[in-house]
Amino acid sequence: MVRTEEILLNVGPQHPSTHGVFRLVLTLDGEVITDAKPVIGYLHRGTEKIAENLQYTQIIPYTDRMDYVSAMTNNYVLVHAVETMMGTEIPERAEYLRILAMELNRVASHLLWWGTFILDFGATSPLLYAFREREMILNLLNELSGARLTFNYMRVGGVKWDAPEGWIEKVQEFVPYMRKQLKGYHDLVSGNEIFLSRTKNIGTYTKEDALNYSLSGVNLRSTGVKWDLRKDESYSIYDRFDFDVVTRDAGDAFARYECRLEEILESLKIIEQACEQFPQDGPIMAKVPKIIKAPKGEAFVRIEGSRGEIGCYIASDGKKEPYRLKFRRPSFYNLQILPKLLKGENISNLISILGAIDIVLGEVDG
Amino acid sequence: MSGEKDLEQLKKEAVAKAKAAAAAKRKAKELAESGAKEEEAAPAEATGDDLAKQKAAAVAKAKAATAAKRKAKELAESGASEESPSAEDDDLAKKKAAAVAKAKAAAAAKRKAMGQASEGEEASAGGDDDLAKKKAAAVAKAKAAAAAKRKAMGQEAGGEETSGGDDDLAKKKAAAIAKAKAAAAAKKKAAEGGAASGDDAKAKAIAAAKAKAAAAARAKGGKASAADEPEAPKAPSPNQKYLDKYVEIIKKHLGEDVLEDSYINNLSKDVPTLVAKRDSYYKVAEFLKFNESLSFDYLSEIHGSDFETHMEVYAHFYSYKNRQSVALKVKLDRDQPEIESLAKLWAGAEWPECEAYDLVGIHFTGHPNLRRIMLGEDWIGHPLRKDYEPYDVEV
Amino acid sequence: MIQDLLHSSPGILNFGIFFVLALLFLFVILGFVTYAILAERKVLGFMQGRIGPNHLGGRWGLLQTVADVLKLLVKEDLIPKAADRPLFILAPVIAFAPSFIVVATIPFTDKLQFADLNVGLLYYIAISGISIIGTLMAAWASNNKYSLIGGMRAAAQMVSYEIPLVMSGLGIVLLTGSLNLNEIVAQQQEAGWFILWQPIAFVVFFISATAELYRVPFDLAEAENELVAGFHTEYSGFRWAMFMLSEYVYMFAMASLISVLFLGGWLPPFEFLGFIPGAVWFALKFSLVVYILIWFRATFPRLRADQLMEFAWKVLLPVALANIFLTALLKELLSIF
Repeated sequence: MVRTEEILLNVGPQHPSTHGVFRLVLTLDGEVITDAKPVIGYLHRGTEKIAENLQYTQIIPYTDRMDYVSAMTNNYVLVHAVETMMGTEIPERAEYLRILAMELNRVASHLLWWGTFILDFGATSPLLYAFREREMILNLLNELSGARLTFNYMRVGGVKWDAPEGWIEKVQEFVPYMRKQLKGYHDLVSGNEIFLSRTKNIGTYTKEDALNYSLSGVNLRSTGVKWDLRKDESYSIYDRFDFDVVTRDAGDAFARYECRLEEILESLKIIEQACEQFPQDGPIMAKVPKIIKAPKGEAFVRIEGSRGEIGCYIASDGKKEPYRLKFRRPSFYNLQILPKLLKGENISNLISILGAIDIVLGEVDG
Repeated sequence: MSGEKDLEQLKKEAVAKAKAAAAAKRKAKELAESGAKEEEAAPAEATGDDLAKQKAAAVAKAKAATAAKRKAKELAESGASEESPSAEDDDLAKKKAAAVAKAKAAAAAKRKAMGQASEGEEASAGGDDDLAKKKAAAVAKAKAAAAAKRKAMGQEAGGEETSGGDDDLAKKKAAAIAKAKAAAAAKKKAAEGGAASGDDAKAKAIAAAKAKAAAAARAKGGKASAADEPEAPKAPSPNQKYLDKYVEIIKKHLGEDVLEDSYINNLSKDVPTLVAKRDSYYKVAEFLKFNESLSFDYLSEIHGSDFETHMEVYAHFYSYKNRQSVALKVKLDRDQPEIESLAKLWAGAEWPECEAYDLVGIHFTGHPNLRRIMLGEDWIGHPLRKDYEPYDVEV
Repeated sequence: MIQDLLHSSPGILNFGIFFVLALLFLFVILGFVTYAILAERKVLGFMQGRIGPNHLGGRWGLLQTVADVLKLLVKEDLIPKAADRPLFILAPVIAFAPSFIVVATIPFTDKLQFADLNVGLLYYIAISGISIIGTLMAAWASNNKYSLIGGMRAAAQMVSYEIPLVMSGLGIVLLTGSLNLNEIVAQQQEAGWFILWQPIAFVVFFISATAELYRVPFDLAEAENELVAGFHTEYSGFRWAMFMLSEYVYMFAMASLISVLFLGGWLPPFEFLGFIPGAVWFALKFSLVVYILIWFRATFPRLRADQLMEFAWKVLLPVALANIFLTALLKELLSIF
């Protein structure tokens, strides 16, 4: 008499492939997932609550710690929200510095994703290649902001530090180098049969699903929705640059892989143009009061982060602290579709599906 | 308050010196900065002093120094009578006064300095004296001291009363619409000064009387009239037509009384904002999604907030078909915050609604799996409520 | 020498000699494992733009693995409460012992061999199959779901890849008419290395061997990113070290077997290079195979379990069967062998 029963498998919160403290309660039938329940909140630090007692400038370091892989964009969304409310005009040089910082950070973020995504399939080398290039970016950002990960670089009205001497030249040198390396990445991984068999037609969803589940960023673009806030709801000075919005139609893990790699190229384009247009000199801070006070009212702005749409909602009562601060954290929204994608999949596909969504747990838990 | 008497004179002056309003504006900004410092007290003071010194040095050519010195003495005296004037302060005052002397409107400055000094008595804050001096210097340098002074008045008034609610917001909005560059500075000041309703009347009177005068005055006037009729902004937002369209369609299909309010949120990149009634919230949301000409197929954000008087759910939608945004809000009873879940319409609302339930305590009826997503089921209280008391033995 | 001993009558002295020799050999293999791990780390480092171990034992990090082993030996011996104690303790031993036993039949040179069996190849494959019992035992005894899934995967993989492994080896057996590894090498002296005569078999054999060794891209049984550490999730300290050891000893044995079967064992590639001792040639070929295995590890991502099975049954097995057919034709038509 053979009796079969389902296994309840706890993936995480300490698991190599969850990239942080993320827990997934799986019900397995053999190696096939019949049900998946994500459990989050292990990294919830109550940023929004803390922010209610902080001045706007003091909140900026907390945004660094949400999506710690791409902290510049998080910095930006907060200052952008406050600036939108105050109607501050940002000096040219500061705008360019912000763009450069954000795009470099986006490249670094995608590189980290690329390395770890392939590491999840058991290939160790790409991770180290990606880190080699990422290290260069981090060094550049370190020179700019004095930190390698939690930059705390932007301020309401501009940026904290000016570019050191020769920095722009260094960035300009990096761009062609990165392009060359990217070709190598494609040679090494993109055509690998094993890799293709593990990502093609895995974790596929349609455009309608993507919209319904509020996916954003690459997760949305991989289904063919041509939507990039940098272009479609242009903020800062993104309208001055010539770049494409990368889309794929397949909607599977491989489409997301291709999108991200190509987005690195587009970011490099922006960086290149920004370096060319970079103003010789000028202020890096607008004239803003020492104590930032957003006018009474509320605002919601959204920008294109590395992982999707980062939003920031501020309700202000005119004081120097926000009355209510709320971040729309893309990873949190993107992760929602996971249970739907996992049902009926082999447990080995879990990592390609989860990996392709590209979450950062600091951002999921807020 | 002495300020009130001054007011009439100031007004007159404002008209007279309207041409130099631009300079005044710049000064006003500095004032705002120093005003901020005043609130935050000590640390920023040193830099402020430096600034003042520089200014003074720049103007140091002062020809009529004698008159100035006299004034400086007066200033120093008034300062000394109140509290600890350091030697440095005296010097500073003299220098500043020298600068003042250059100006023709020295008399006005004096009066102003006095007024400030007397205010300083009340507030008895060390920074105030400095501030008064600096202000005096600034005023003197400019010919149109009036605008700045009026702003200073606003600050004083702000010290007295706490700001009032909605019309303030409307004012700010209106100010933003009046895209005059001056508006930005003025707005900031207004925010800081927190012009109260009593003060309002004054401002309004001024504005009404001298509407065509200086740019600063213009900005204030805009504010004042906006307070009267918030729906008539000077430059209509480019999104106004969308808002009108939404409201029209919704009213046509769902009846007149589904929306509580609708406006353009100028602070938030002119997003058309609809405030639904509690009972028709779900209906409106459903309509926004499925109506052919609206088709907001994407939920960008949904969260709850506690506004102490009420709870609020804020949702931001986007239509990829029409490339348009809309914000939908609904006000809830604070004691029983309960609202229909949108997770049936947009699957992406599931987790954010859990988050709102967890952190703010809003119940979403019809939610597929409402749970405390961040803190866990055993957590006591909802942290993002304003009356939250942390219950934790270790804290 | 050993042949003589084997044929002599049993006695205390003979036992002693065997024991000492075996012990000696064990240390040789342990030495190999030590430096194979170091080599692997160094080669991986080289391929990944890193340096690798470089602190302990001079700038080459020569004592790094020694230190690692020492650390493992002094580590606390942890046995999970819910584990099946006897099985848990027994499993690493069962996994390790066969890996050491199979080495006995490998001819390193024409003289240096422990047991010259007539069924050498069969012996190797039969004994190495026992290891999987240890793996399964560990998986079950750990009472851990990841372990269990890992163990099941390992068993399925072992069963699937034994078959193409044997089938591809059959081509050589057909050509030589013998299962004796010495004779297989001797044949290659006359006819040339079997990699030239059996290229298809070589490829199939190499792939299957990689799978047998649970190395990337077939390391599903301990797929870190899915199953944490597979069947040895709950093992630590010297018990874990035994699994590790058995893995590397198998690598040693498999690399030797591939050298013997396809690369002419201790034979020099050309006659005029014959002055170099056979042991050196063997070591070179063997190192090459190990290097390729490490190279695999640096380059390949991992297959999925079902793809792995598919690959074994739908690709490797038919190819191996076709190879047997081709070999038979070759032998009949060319009649060299």
